Amino acid sequence: MAVAPLKIADREFASRLILGTGKFASPELMRDALEASETEMVTVALRRADLSGEKDPFANILEFIDPEKYLLLPNTSGAMNAEEAVRLARLAVAAGLPKWVKLEIHPDPRYLLPDPVETLAAAEQLVQEGFTVLPYINADPVIAKRLQEVGCATVMPLGAPIGSNGGLQTRDQIRIILDQATVPVVVDAGIGAPSHAAEAMELGADAALVNTAIAVNDDPCRMARAFAQAVEAGRMAYEIGLGATHATAQATSPLTAFLDE
Amino acid sequence: MPHHQPVESSFVDSFAALPLGALRAHSLRTTEEEFQKSLGAAQPSLEDFAQLISPAGADQLETLAGHSKALTQQRFGRAIRLFAPLYLSNECINNCAYCGFSRDNPILRVTLEPEEVMAEAQALAEQGFRNVLLVAGEHPKFVSNGYVEQCIRILHETLPSLSLELGPLETDAYQPLVTAGAEGLVVYQETYDRNAYRVHHTAGPKKDFDWRLATPERAYAAGFRRLGIGALFGLSDWRTEAIALAAHAEWLLKHCWKAQLTLSLPRLRPCAGSFDPIDPISDRDLTQLICALRLFLPDVGIVLSTREPATLRNGLIPLGVTLMSAGSHTEPGGYTGAGSDKLHKTERGKMIALTEQSSEWATGATGQFDIADERSPEIIAQQIISLGYEPVWKDWDAALTP
Repeated sequence: MAVAPLKIADREFASRLILGTGKFASPELMRDALEASETEMVTVALRRADLSGEKDPFANILEFIDPEKYLLLPNTSGAMNAEEAVRLARLAVAAGLPKWVKLEIHPDPRYLLPDPVETLAAAEQLVQEGFTVLPYINADPVIAKRLQEVGCATVMPLGAPIGSNGGLQTRDQIRIILDQATVPVVVDAGIGAPSHAAEAMELGADAALVNTAIAVNDDPCRMARAFAQAVEAGRMAYEIGLGATHATAQATSPLTAFLDE
Repeated sequence: MPHHQPVESSFVDSFAALPLGALRAHSLRTTEEEFQKSLGAAQPSLEDFAQLISPAGADQLETLAGHSKALTQQRFGRAIRLFAPLYLSNECINNCAYCGFSRDNPILRVTLEPEEVMAEAQALAEQGFRNVLLVAGEHPKFVSNGYVEQCIRILHETLPSLSLELGPLETDAYQPLVTAGAEGLVVYQETYDRNAYRVHHTAGPKKDFDWRLATPERAYAAGFRRLGIGALFGLSDWRTEAIALAAHAEWLLKHCWKAQLTLSLPRLRPCAGSFDPIDPISDRDLTQLICALRLFLPDVGIVLSTREPATLRNGLIPLGVTLMSAGSHTEPGGYTGAGSDKLHKTERGKMIALTEQSSEWATGATGQFDIADERSPEIIAQQIISLGYEPVWKDWDAALTP
């Protein structure tokens, strides 16, 4: 096996790349990109899906995601407070979706930054109801710990605002979250290039979630492959251990080697 | 429902301090160098926006369009959201020189019964729509708050996303509409030029410019999640309207920070009462304006209605537009023929039954304006797909607005 499997709650995943399903030019392209990425977990905004069970042809995104191949991770995007997020999560389960939830509560539709107060309240409630909760958070180590204390299965700090392609702007905070984590840490949002994903994995993140950078690309399938390789490369490097960095050059032929001759 | 704090200040005060004339003058004399600087600005200011809509910028439209296209795709994806207007009533107590529903226009009027509204909604839902804008003229007697609330309650199950375009109300009057399930409120200032506003709004409560200007703030305080604003191009100088609209949007983003904002840029269309547009904005200018708005406000939705012809709409899909109407009717009952048995004229608030002679042409209520893109929603959706975009019908779940 190339890299160790990712374990979240009671499930194992060979791939450490999680994909979002928004912003694609068509559901067919989305399906092909998921396939190309070899991901095993995809997240879907519940507000876009048909939860009535009536197979609405005008909201049929779920029909393009094979539940045998992927763990379908419903997300609560659109919810502005805990009450709305909890309601959406319950509705998803009633519609037959997995009892897993990517908890996203952003009151600000512009930067889509998560509300820590509402997220904590919703997480606590949903964990009590038996959900496997994966909360989207700002890269705040304290909220990350608080969410772990109430029983979240992961924490998902952002690298930069959703859709910004900004990279790991929160690098130093993510390091602290990783240092303190007792659950897998998924870097979510802002990953705009495979190098960003590789960097997150090299730092020790357990997985990376990518959407915009793949979905809006002219060739989403190849870009999905590029991300898959970057995530695997970054993880492999982390498992092996990167060399120390130095401020000055270190000669590959040591200057004092003659002393040992 | 969302809990929004009341807004402490008002855009009315900021608007009074806005140097609109100076910004317009600056726009007109912008150099190519200044335009380029604004094009590259990391966070463009209102002055940058004025430079982006300048005549100098018109020469660089292709470059501007490239920036706008890339930014729109990044922020909104390769997706166009679709909606339809559903007209509840064309009764109105205002006189607006440019509007077909003006109270003095001798048009055929009707207010749909809630069950007729439901029939219209079902017709739209069958076409695919899950996002509908309920529109009505301003008439407290025919279009009472209780009536609108009742319509929202019965439609919400069928249509998860409901927005309203009605005569402005107080925050307290909006609240029951939010509780009933309305998610968005749309109110166009029509014109941000106070003089033009006075000239074109000759009777009715709409005469009060400031009351209308502060409507989005009152709606936000009542808990609406989406706010739509706009200017009706053709009532005054287009650059002045554009700068004021951009300033209004910027203010709302800061003060009504939990609301999603959309901008509409309707151009005057032929209607009853015939009105000649002032300083008409050309297709080229409109394109420049949409692209400039995208650079200035990357996260704001931009709406393009069926007022615009098919070719222009197709061309603008990749350049910054995020929300389109399709297959629209601007008359109550337009989708099913509902209400045609109750058509009448209205004089001084009283219904006047149609005479024998008039009945032969009384097949439906009169529309607010003529539409230009008459393609069916299905054809428009196919066109969106062929341009490499996904037509999105459902982007909201009723669970979010119970």
